[in-house]
Amino acid sequence: MIERIINILILLLFPFLMVGIIKKTKAFWSGRKGVSLLQPLWDFLRLLNKETVYSETTSWIFRFSPVISLATVIFASLFVPLAFGEAIIDVKFAFIIFAYTLGLGKIFSLFSALDTGSSFEGMGASREACFSTIVEPAFFITMATIAALSQNFSFTSFKLICDNAGIYGVLIIALVTFTLLIMLLVESCRVPVDDPTTHLELTMIHEVMILDNSGADLGFITWASAIKMFLFSSLIANLFLPTDLTAFNTVLIFLVLSVLIAIIIGTIESAIARFRMTHVFEFIFIMTLTALLILALVTYKIYGN
Amino acid sequence: MNWVITENNKKINTLEIPTISIDEIKSDFEKFNFRLVGFFGKEEFENIRLFVVLCDDKVGKLYITSSLFTREVKTYESFTQKFPQFHMFEREFFEQFGIKPLNHPWLKPVRKNLDDYEFFEMKGEEVHQVAVGPIHAGVIEPGHFRFMCHGEKVYDLEIMLGYQHKGVEELIIKNKYNNRLAESICGDSVIAYNMAYSQAMEALSETTITNKAQIIRRVALEMERIAIHIGDMGAIAGDIAYQMGASIFGVTRTLVINTMLEISGSRFGRGLINVGGVNFDINQNLSNKIVEMLDEVSKTVDRTTNVMLKSSTVISRLERTGVVNSDNAGAIGAVGMAARASGIDIDSRFDLNDKWYTELNVVKPFKATGDVHSRFKLRYKEIKQSIKIVKKLLKKLEDFNNEAILIQPNSNLAENAMAVSIVEGWRGEIVHIAITGMNGELIRYKIKDPSFNNWYMLALAVRNNGVSDFPLCNKSYNLSYCGNDL
Repeated sequence: MIERIINILILLLFPFLMVGIIKKTKAFWSGRKGVSLLQPLWDFLRLLNKETVYSETTSWIFRFSPVISLATVIFASLFVPLAFGEAIIDVKFAFIIFAYTLGLGKIFSLFSALDTGSSFEGMGASREACFSTIVEPAFFITMATIAALSQNFSFTSFKLICDNAGIYGVLIIALVTFTLLIMLLVESCRVPVDDPTTHLELTMIHEVMILDNSGADLGFITWASAIKMFLFSSLIANLFLPTDLTAFNTVLIFLVLSVLIAIIIGTIESAIARFRMTHVFEFIFIMTLTALLILALVTYKIYGN
Repeated sequence: MNWVITENNKKINTLEIPTISIDEIKSDFEKFNFRLVGFFGKEEFENIRLFVVLCDDKVGKLYITSSLFTREVKTYESFTQKFPQFHMFEREFFEQFGIKPLNHPWLKPVRKNLDDYEFFEMKGEEVHQVAVGPIHAGVIEPGHFRFMCHGEKVYDLEIMLGYQHKGVEELIIKNKYNNRLAESICGDSVIAYNMAYSQAMEALSETTITNKAQIIRRVALEMERIAIHIGDMGAIAGDIAYQMGASIFGVTRTLVINTMLEISGSRFGRGLINVGGVNFDINQNLSNKIVEMLDEVSKTVDRTTNVMLKSSTVISRLERTGVVNSDNAGAIGAVGMAARASGIDIDSRFDLNDKWYTELNVVKPFKATGDVHSRFKLRYKEIKQSIKIVKKLLKKLEDFNNEAILIQPNSNLAENAMAVSIVEGWRGEIVHIAITGMNGELIRYKIKDPSFNNWYMLALAVRNNGVSDFPLCNKSYNLSYCGNDL
């Protein structure tokens, strides 16, 4: 019970810190002092106290969508192994529930963007829909392959990879990490796919879809996208989480890994420029290719000998 | 002879300017193959006189003539069909005086009557419009951009400006020697605008300023160029989310403008230039400080540009984005840095024989590919060149140590006179043309910002590019809204 409470607390609060760490890392690399690590949390609390303005052209979809975004992300997180290496709800084929719950939230945010009737938001929605569509195959190929390898169809199977695959396990883990990292950058709209700090509407993907949201709604959306990023990062962290530690040590290592991933994201953002919109597709297809490579490796491992 | 031939910053008598027919102007223009720098009207009793000023860049001479439209004549055959570089000038002339160029391909407003204007539209089921502005995110001036897109691809961009039309040309006539007004016309070209105004006034009042003042003006002009170019390079880096470039260039720009603060008490050089000279001296101590600062700036800019242009992600964003080839740039009459980046070798500092520049023996930087990369790289080269120029000018300044910085200008302007003053600001040539009446009072003041020519270049640049690359193209030009919305 206490483990679950800690898990939920980490789930709800750590994402703010993670965004803070990314910002701090970027500030460090550009020689600035940067804002405090908890600034994203204070921003969220500030937004909750603000008035929410609704455009007259919008319908109920626009009002519901932020709540649905947040709810779907939190629901999806129940199936992801978090701090203790175990999901709160551990069922078979959890990755399917995970993907399509997030998908539901995304559909609503697309609808809500279209609901505003703004040409910017329509453009952002089209980009977001397009990129999500091509991320999906890579996600399922990776997940299903690993599930097949470990014969255990939940996310928790990650730690079994090495046991089942021997020396191939290392290679598979490396490839899966790479795939998930790209997926994280795409899904949480980080550089080089999207630029979360830009003010230029024409270049935005995710940010442009929420231009009309304000107050608590905006707070919910930013919170939801922070949690989403944390989910993908905890999928990666769980690949490296040893199984034979005490509960306390597991949490500790998990948090260290998460901080490390945040620093890596911040460093990537500082080191490279954003891709041209047409090159983002190529970037995402790299992920599909690695997913296929993982499939090939696992097939060889299972049927090869 | 149908044309008065003169030079930059020289007073001529308006009574000597011939009056010829529009057809003659047209055939002469075709024969000369010069560049248009002025095409504006002036009321003369009930008639309208059209002045045409051309620039021969090869020898640095200006050609001036005029044509008279009597009260009955309200139309003429447009130049633009044959010479696209007239298109903005003719639209402006039509807007100000109501004389219609017949068969002008696109006679739309420049600064007035924007409300009932119908935008160019493309038909087609999958073509969608994206409207941006006139109110933008961030601290930008008002301007409306209408894109015709097919998916992410831009077919056409229409730019509408004029939302802050402020009547500067009329205001300047009402004031005498108002440098504070002249330098406020365009906030990022304070020195260039003020210098153009002062030179025009000095030419008309036959005031000769000291060598020392001349040098200090040019030092400030080059420092303005360095500061803005560095800032723009940072902004280009920021647009492609290249953090390091954005922050380092931002910091470096501050070094330059803070030095400007030490010279004139304003980071943008407001209050530095006056008719008759400059208000602030650069002494030996300050001169050493400037050189020291420039050395540091030069090192940082070198290093950052080097790292940036070695990064493959940066190169892939900059290269082949927003290309305008030299044929198109030449046809629409592009000027300044943007034209030089598209392979048109014009720079009024050197072309118009400004002796303070020509005797320095510096090479004119030049790039030909016409893409964002070309404009980025050219900015870098111009920064390096300007740093060299400032150092040489500061050395020369020592020779004129005993001279005054400001002399009292003659209080009367010459009668029936005209002066054309062209200054190469960081964006390109800024043209001020002043005309006085019978009693030596200003009766017409015409200003042309380089953006007036170059906005259309931006529209050409984004064609067939992704709509998400527009901000990058825009930043690579960084054109002026207020310079256009006079």
